[in-house]
Amino acid sequence: MAVLVFVELSDGEVKKSSREAVTYASAMSNGDVVAVVLGTAAGDQLKKLGNNGASKVLHANNPKFDQGVISAYASALAEAMQKTQSDSLVLAESSLGNPVAARVSIKMDASLVTNVVALPDAHFNVKRSIYTGKASAHTTLTKDKKILSIKKGAVILKEDGAEAPIENFNPSIEDSDFGVKQVSREKTTGKVLLPEADIVVSGGRGLKGPENWGMIEDLAEVLGAATGCSKPVSDMDWRPHHEHVGQTGIKVAPTLYIAIGISGAIQHLAGVNQSKYIVVINKDADAPFFKAADYGVVGDAFEVVPKLTEAIKAIK
Amino acid sequence: MKILVCITHVPDTTSRIAFTNNNSEFDNSGVQFVIGPYDDYALARAVELKEQMGGSITVLNVGEAVTEPTLRKALAIGADDAIRINARADDSFFVASQIAEVAKTENYDLILMGRESIDFNGGMVHGMVGELLGIPSLSPVMKLEVENGVATLAREIEGGKEILEALLPLVVGCQEPIAEWKIPNMRGIMTARSKPLKVIEATTHSVATKTTSYDLPPEKGAIKMVDDMKELARLLKEEAKIL
Repeated sequence: MAVLVFVELSDGEVKKSSREAVTYASAMSNGDVVAVVLGTAAGDQLKKLGNNGASKVLHANNPKFDQGVISAYASALAEAMQKTQSDSLVLAESSLGNPVAARVSIKMDASLVTNVVALPDAHFNVKRSIYTGKASAHTTLTKDKKILSIKKGAVILKEDGAEAPIENFNPSIEDSDFGVKQVSREKTTGKVLLPEADIVVSGGRGLKGPENWGMIEDLAEVLGAATGCSKPVSDMDWRPHHEHVGQTGIKVAPTLYIAIGISGAIQHLAGVNQSKYIVVINKDADAPFFKAADYGVVGDAFEVVPKLTEAIKAIK
Repeated sequence: MKILVCITHVPDTTSRIAFTNNNSEFDNSGVQFVIGPYDDYALARAVELKEQMGGSITVLNVGEAVTEPTLRKALAIGADDAIRINARADDSFFVASQIAEVAKTENYDLILMGRESIDFNGGMVHGMVGELLGIPSLSPVMKLEVENGVATLAREIEGGKEILEALLPLVVGCQEPIAEWKIPNMRGIMTARSKPLKVIEATTHSVATKTTSYDLPPEKGAIKMVDDMKELARLLKEEAKIL
């Protein structure tokens, strides 16, 4: 039976986390993986979902879906599950995916588990991250239909499959699904999105002011990284809230997290503890962040960071 | 304006996380429990909205008797009455069903809660409640204004935010900076003791998941201290294989 995957677009581009979700679905299925895409998509990227493991793409090529309206997406995905008679839906966790999945789970009478970090076992027991990454739970989805929202890094992205055929999908959406109106949207463009990034460079109060963020951005640029910040920095409006990494901000799970001038309060650590490698640069040798780090540098950020940027440029 | 605020009773963010009974239960010993930080934002916004336009705030928790001090704290912050649904909150669908059962007959204008609990981080109860009641649900919301029955909200999206308009009733999952956390004052604490706290039993018992065990992540290896940035770049390239 087909495993359905909700593939999310960001400004018409397939999100990398969604391609990971396709790979996840192909690993848990016998190869019958249907990717559902809602909204207008740029170029030939949809058939390339086959590379990641999709056997078919259902595309609702309707600009009505270009804004991620939670209720409308939920209705369309429930209809896709019915149409394909699929018992399981996989999606990548995001600020849209999880709220949508919650509604689909009620429409379809399905079990839903979020923050999934590994493939399910034969009894549909999955490992999920809890206590903001400080622990994990092994949870069984007890209903016949199952929805899994996966965290970044749950699988290694597969990119060796064939192209997938695209089929038109016309969900019978109703006006009531569009009861919430989008008035406007502000979004940074051309930058690596923080939750999707493989490398994150974050700055804290140790940087002394927003005018000093240039060196953070320079280092991020040579690394192809996203930039983040600590809570005090976003509270003081040095940086926007969507860059705030931590317990009450964005939780990241990059391969490399570089923390500059951040002392490492437990609430900040909760947002980064899923990182594979952590580099801490701080002038205070007693900063608690060093206890969570793989590599530590005791030194003045204003001296050390430009040197690191140059060293990485030289070695790349 | 009639507001329902759903709160969780969770370990303080600085708690040491450990499990007991063969890794089948959370180890409560020495742990201080608080209102979930995101729920605290929801409650604070509810109090501000009530100050602006009047109305009432009911605070609800699905939990056993141990959660009552947490509900009393919410009453001290400014809720008018409290409901405790006497059951363990082990499953998001179960919790959402209980909230929807209460809300079905009460006609709340707004149902507020945190974007997620900080214990299980599920982030799905608001969406489930919205769907069960057939009304919109929006999360994670950083700004919420209400005027003439229309809510204007800012919802965080990856790399930015969107501004939305929706008619009430509405379910909202809240996060900062929707409001400033409120600290109860002495008068609030005194009056909280006499505010009504109703205990009701769960009316449905269906769950969608069952957690079988818990575990902790492996210990971090020893840190390597580096002075020379060329050496750090080399380690990142050769040891961590990042560059």
